Parts: sequence; C-alpha cells; structure tokens
Amino acid sequence: MKVETNIPELIGKDVQRVDVQDKATGTAIFTDDVQFGRNLLYARIKRSPHPHALIKSIDTSKAEKLPGVKAVATGADFPKRIGLYLKDKHIFARDRVRYVGEPVAGVAAVSEEVAESALDLIDVEYEALPAIFHPHEAIKPDAILIHPDLGEYEVANFIFPKADTNISNHFKVRKGDPEKVWDACAAVVNRKYYIPHIQHVPLETHVAVAKVDRAGKVTLWSSSQSPFAQRDLIAKALGMSPGNIRVIANYVGGGFGCKAGLTMEALPIALALKAKGHPVKLRLTREEEFYTNFVRQALAIELKMGCDKDGNILALENTMYWDGGASTEYGVNITRAGGYSCTGPYDIPHVKADSYCVYTNNTIGGPYRGFGMSELHTGIEQCVDELAEAIGMDKVEFRLLNAVQDGDILATGMKMHPTGIKECIEKVAHAVEWGKPSEPCAPNKRRGKGIAAMWKAPAMPPNPGSSAIIKLNEDGTILLGVGGQEIGQGAFTVAAQIAAATLGVPYEPIRVIGPVDTDYSPYEWQTVASRLTWSMGNAVKEAALDTRRQIFEIVSQAWGEEAKDLEIIDGVVISKASEREIPLKDFAVYGIPKNNFEGWIGGPIYGRGKFMPNYVTGLDKDTGQGERAVVHYTTGAQAFEIEVDLDSGKIEIIHAVSAFDVGRAINPDLVRAQMEGGIVQGISSTIFEQMIFKDGQMQNPNFVDYRIATTMDLPKRIESIIVEVPQDDGPWGARGVGEHPMVPTIAAIANAIYDAVGIRMEGPPFTAEKIFTHLKMKDI
Amino acid sequence: MELIKIQVTVNGSKEILDVPPNLSLLNMLRENLALTGTKSGCEAGECGACTVLLEGEPVNSCMVLAVECSGLSVETIEGLSEKEAMKKLQNAFIDLNAIQCGFCTPGMLISAFALLKRNPDSSDEEIRMALLGNLCRCTGYERIIDAVKKAARN
Ligand code: FES
Ligand code: FES
Repeated sequence: MKVETNIPELIGKDVQRVDVQDKATGTAIFTDDVQFGRNLLYARIKRSPHPHALIKSIDTSKAEKLPGVKAVATGADFPKRIGLYLKDKHIFARDRVRYVGEPVAGVAAVSEEVAESALDLIDVEYEALPAIFHPHEAIKPDAILIHPDLGEYEVANFIFPKADTNISNHFKVRKGDPEKVWDACAAVVNRKYYIPHIQHVPLETHVAVAKVDRAGKVTLWSSSQSPFAQRDLIAKALGMSPGNIRVIANYVGGGFGCKAGLTMEALPIALALKAKGHPVKLRLTREEEFYTNFVRQALAIELKMGCDKDGNILALENTMYWDGGASTEYGVNITRAGGYSCTGPYDIPHVKADSYCVYTNNTIGGPYRGFGMSELHTGIEQCVDELAEAIGMDKVEFRLLNAVQDGDILATGMKMHPTGIKECIEKVAHAVEWGKPSEPCAPNKRRGKGIAAMWKAPAMPPNPGSSAIIKLNEDGTILLGVGGQEIGQGAFTVAAQIAAATLGVPYEPIRVIGPVDTDYSPYEWQTVASRLTWSMGNAVKEAALDTRRQIFEIVSQAWGEEAKDLEIIDGVVISKASEREIPLKDFAVYGIPKNNFEGWIGGPIYGRGKFMPNYVTGLDKDTGQGERAVVHYTTGAQAFEIEVDLDSGKIEIIHAVSAFDVGRAINPDLVRAQMEGGIVQGISSTIFEQMIFKDGQMQNPNFVDYRIATTMDLPKRIESIIVEVPQDDGPWGARGVGEHPMVPTIAAIANAIYDAVGIRMEGPPFTAEKIFTHLKMKDI
Repeated sequence: MELIKIQVTVNGSKEILDVPPNLSLLNMLRENLALTGTKSGCEAGECGACTVLLEGEPVNSCMVLAVECSGLSVETIEGLSEKEAMKKLQNAFIDLNAIQCGFCTPGMLISAFALLKRNPDSSDEEIRMALLGNLCRCTGYERIIDAVKKAARN
C-alpha cells in the first residue's frame, strides 16, 4: 500500500471535540446517569475473604427470605467458563476461590442497603488452601496448582498453556544464538527488576445495569471499552445467541484498559436473569474497583544484554514472569506481547526470550494502558543505559546506533516498516539539552537527566474488525456511526474529522451517533490497543468513500455527466465539466427530480465501510518466528530532567519531554493531550503507585493510601513533540498513540535518578522513602 | 428507616423532600432529583468528582448529609452553567482541550469557579492548591490549570 500524500485541510487541524459541550455542562450521560425508574434493583456482591480456598457449601436461604431481596445467584447457576483468550473463569466462583474479592454470590434488592444486609445472611463455608503470591513461587515444581484443570480449558490457538503447572502461557522467541556471542561482547549486563501491581484508577468506577425481558433478551448498559466483545463473551458464558443480547455503552469516565473485555458486567446479568423485567444495577465502590477487577499485573524480569566495543547490541536474553493473578483470560496475551516485543525498539541479532504468564492468588491482571510495555521497557531501557556506560558511549548515541529501522528483521522474523524513532530520540535529547550539566537549585540537591525509547504494537487477535456507517439527513447534516468508544481519548472527534475530510464537507455538520449500541452501531472489536484512529479510521474513510460514490451516482445520472467530473467541496457537489452545482441538502434524502416531471433519481444515502487487517501471520510455538507478528509499531522516546533532594529522597521533575511517531496527527492537539495525560500517569506510576498486599488482601484500597498524581505533583515543564513518518495502511498514514506516552516513563526517570545520584532500584515506585534508603546505603 | 422532611434550594428552586437521615447530598442530587451532572468517584471525600456549592462554598457532596442542607442553598453544574463566570471557565476548558473523559470536569469546574469568585487573579500555586482535591486521571492537569488562568484573564 502507498501512503496518501494528498492531505485534506481537515486532517491535521485542531477542531473542537464533539463531546465537550456536553461534558462541560454536566449533560453528558455516563452509565450511572441513565434513569431506570422505580423498578430498578441494586446488586451487591458477596466476595471471597480468602486468597485460595475450596468452597464447601453456600447457603443463601436466609438471604432469599429477607424482605426486599428479589434475586440471589451463585456459581451453581452458571457452569460455563468465560474468558477472552483462555476460558479460565466463572461468573461466580464455583468449587474454589482463587483471590480475595472473587465473587461468590450476588444479591439484587430494592436498595443497596437491603442488598448489603442480605450478603451478611449468606453463609459460605470454606476450606483454606495454601496460597501463592509471587510468580517465582508459582513456577516451582511442587507449587500447589491454582487451576488443576488448565489442560482442559478452551484457548485461542496462539496461546500456549502448560497443563499441570501454574503457567498459562509460555511464549518463546529464538533468533540466532546468544550463547555463541557473549564471549565476543565487550560488555554484558545481567539485571533483575520487579515492577509491582498498580491499578488503572478511572475516576468513574465500573458500573453496569442489566435487564432481561420475558422473551429472554438481555440488555446491558455498561461503562465499557468493548460493547461488542462484551456481547460475544456474555453470549458464550450464558449459551445464548449474540443476537439476543444488546449492549449500550454510554460515555466512559476513564478506561485505560480496565473496562475492556468482560469483568463485573456479567454479575448484574446473572441476577437480572432471575428477576426478569427489572433492571439490575451494579456499581463498584472505589474499594472494589481497586482489587476485584482488572489491575496491572506485576512483572519479575531477568535480562542479560551484551554489546561489542563499538556499541552494537549483539545479544539479549529476556525472561519475564508475569504475575497473571487468579485468572489470566486476558493476561495471557500481555505475556505474548511482552514476548514478541522483547527487544524493545532495538535491532538485536541474537535473542532468546521466554515470557511466562503465571497464575498466582493475587488479584486478576488485565490490560492496562501499554499492555505490558511499561513493565518491559522499565527493564530493557535501564540495561541499555548501563551497557552504553559500560563501554563509555553516550547513551543517546548508543540508542541511535541500535534503534530499529525500516527493513530490519525483528526478533520474530517480521520486517520493520519505516519509523521515526531516531527523530524522536534526537528531539527529546535536544529538548533537555542532553550532555549539558545543569545546576541544582540548592547544595543538598542533585540534578540528573535520563532518556528512554520505546515501541509498542497493537496487541490483538490477527483479525479484529472495524466498521462504520454514514447517513445523510434532509438538511445536509451527516450522521456517523461507529462502534469504537469515546473514552476520553477523542475517538469520536477523530472519526468525525476523517469522515468530513473524505466526504468533502465541513466538520460541523457531522454528528457522531451515540451512545454506542450493539443493536444500532456498526461492529468494532474493542476500544483498546491504540487501534481506533488507524483501524476505525480506515473504516470511516471507506464509509465516506462509499457515500461519495452514491452521491456521484445520483448527481451524474441527474445531470447526464460522468462521475469522474464531480467533486464535493464544502458540502456542495460541483461538476468540473459543466460547472453546475448542487448542495447535498437539496437531494440527500428525497433525490433529484428528472426533467419535465418524468420521475425521480436517488433516494436516502447510506454509506458503509469496514477494515480488518488480513496480513498478520501466526508465530511458531517453539521459536516465535513468523512473517508478520503484528500490524505495526508506534515508536517514541521520553527524556527527563529531575532533581533529587538528598535530605528527603524526594524527586522533583524539572522538565519532561515526549516525542512519538504517530504517522500522521489527525488532530495534533489531541495527540499532545494524550502525551501529556500519559506522561503524568506514567510519572504517577513511577513515583507513587503500588498496590500493597498482605496475604492477598490489598492494604491500601483508597486515595489516601494509594496516592495518584494531583495538581501539586506536576513537572515544572512538560513538552510534547509530534513526529510523523506515515504508516502505509493508516488513514493518511496515521497510527495510534493512546497508550505509548506512559511506556518509557519509569525507565527514563530511573535513568535520570541514576544520573543524579548514582543509584538504581529494583523497581518502582521511586518514593522519597525508597530513594532516601538507597542514598543512605550508598552513604550519599 | 424514618424519613425526614427537608427543604433545600437547589439551583434556585425550592425542593421539599422526604429523605432518610443517612442520605448524602450527592445521592440526594443524583437519585432524588436526577441531577446527574454531579459525579460519584469515591464517596469518601477523596476525589472531588462530587463537588457542588453549598451556600456558595465548594464541598464534597458525598461527605455532606442531605438533612444538614435543610434551609440552605445548593448549586450544581446544571445550575451554574447558566452563569457568565462559569461559561467563561467552560469555554476555556473546551478551547484548551482540558477535558478528556469528562468525569472529573463538573467538579473541577466548580472548584475553579469558587476560587475565581474568591480571588480572580489567583496565582499558579493558588490554582493548584484550590484544585488539589479534584483528581483527574486523564489530562495530566496542566491544561486544566491553563484553562483556569485563561478564564481568569478574560
Ligand atoms: S465522590 Fe465525593 S469526594 Fe469522591
Ligand atoms: S478528564 Fe477523565 S478524569 Fe479528568
């Protein structure tokens, strides 16, 4: 495919977001804002207090008798296993519980209070089992099996569980032979890192409302990144047809991955099936949000990396143990992504990587902005820094020398496409005046600069589809339907820009149809993987081209002209041959009369488009080799200047710079907004965030003890730089960038801390306390 | 539970309601009055999504009982959106792309509105302090602070 070079005016323009008038006035409807009237029931969930135990019995009889209780459900009612890539969980635990917080029973009642009191009346008898909280423990040969039936689970054909172990996926990469080249290396570093669990912390907690009508049709209103995938997963879990399930997804108050797939949404459905006709609402408390749904799984990573005396990286051995938690239905694919991207954005001839997804009795790991890449790059990018230092080479120069380039054969055998990574590295280095020492503001402070590069590919099955529809209204306004979700990133706005630019109409008359509704919206796999601008964008473009074809057909017939002479400018069809013109509104629905009242031409116009990548290949189970592992990689870099306070260990961020190669920025200010929000979320995960567990129970499930960045924690200066090396199959070359801005952050700050005070830590968060302790250990 | 009769002025109109003694102002607004612009993010006074004005002062409505508001006046994003000073703030938030998912936005706007009313030429530091209790997970705050400064200038 060739990148289009003819760029319409609306592409690259900072138009106003389609959703902000409603969001600024409090009229935007989020799921919890939908009104259901007096028939609404409230659900509460009885959860496991044990990290690992057998369920001996559940007695719900007392709860059922409590006045106001309308339905009680347990695992006995729902035998089918569910999961996206590996079917390893149930709606409610059945014979055993595997993490603290796992749903065991649910109650729907006339109020939350009644539902809550009913939970106390449910008696569950457990027999505690030994529990495992670290992947290193879980892989020991004598470890207790968390899923003894793993070998029987249904699994996607690119995931490789090992029966009779706690390993639910082992992804291998074998390229060249690292063993042969270690001796030839001028420097080799061996390092271990541990990146702990964090949570997404969307401001809006998960909420879902389910209703089942008398005929059995299910309607679900949910705060979801994935209404279509949810519909499919619910259908499989309940043995229903997707055609009998409708998911309506209003605006999402922050997702970052945790509202992808199917998690708590199945619970109100289970209850609604037993209280037909009643809408049943389940809204997670902040505490439940922290540890009963998806979290970012922890990673224990071991790296060995070597380079020659000129700085060429020769070999990498990368062993990753992902703490998948009690269910890895989604996490197995994070392990796979960690595997095929194991080198970071570098060209390395000899690679051996083993990426293990490991069951533990921790809370469930799931997709989190970056899908494993923040964790992976935290290790890779610190090793790269150390290697450069070991051979006495500048760290920026070292990265430029080794960065992946067009035509490189990657660790999986895929050929790299054109990428702007070098430009990104150069630009961020330049912005922080790399190489120029800066003076701390006080004698007890030290300044340092750090850099990290990154890459990330959309991680998904080989065939995730997108589609779009366009309808013309009587007045020439245009309805655009997409199944991708607006989760704050600006997806609806970008879709509207692409539609308008392709059609040849102004941006203002485009109306994006919302909320996304699986009965009325066109299909979209999921709003994940930074894939919408690219994939949904292609579908929107095709729908707009289809609409144009229909418009030209009508007008060319009416005017007796050739379609190739027609153009649409500012919503008016113009003939280059005859110079005739007609605004869309004059014929959009009713058509054009023929001469002398001899009838009519045209009719309602309805364009459609779709996109699905068809070139991603499978990878060999034993070597990870295949022709094309992924659709593409978005690359980028960040650089930081920081100041460490030697008396307290506190770090202050003086300057934070991002540069990402987005192929083509459809709306540059929205791209910068993603970079800014991402880098601050990254900083928050670097300095503050960690879920603290004791025997599997989270100790800090609130905003006082689990601190996220506030207005007082901002860098003094944030800079965001857009690089554009077009993608051959993106709309005008566009690639996604939603996740990438927090991927290199931990590593870049770690490298800056090292530059300032010479310490390296096993992993984030780099709290003042931790830094202070390390400073003391080194007598600084 | 016994219900208590209260009279509250919400966005200028008098409401007479029978409420349980443990009902929060947040739930009174959202559940009893269907004023859903006020958001719930933690119900523990830790996120600011539920910020409203009570007698002109910003409060976390999840931490105030409805019965405590009897005889008092409450203003929410729905009512405040009619005011010129709020429109300026909203326009600045929109112009500078200070809104992403929008869930924190009503609370953020109300905290900023109260600040600018108190002190129209707030410094950077004062803006940050005033918004410290309003969490935002999407934007990184920078644009929000810039938007408040912009609205203050206009
Ligand atoms: S909901 Fe009131 S402060 Fe969070
Ligand atoms: S815009 Fe999403 S929390 Fe602020």
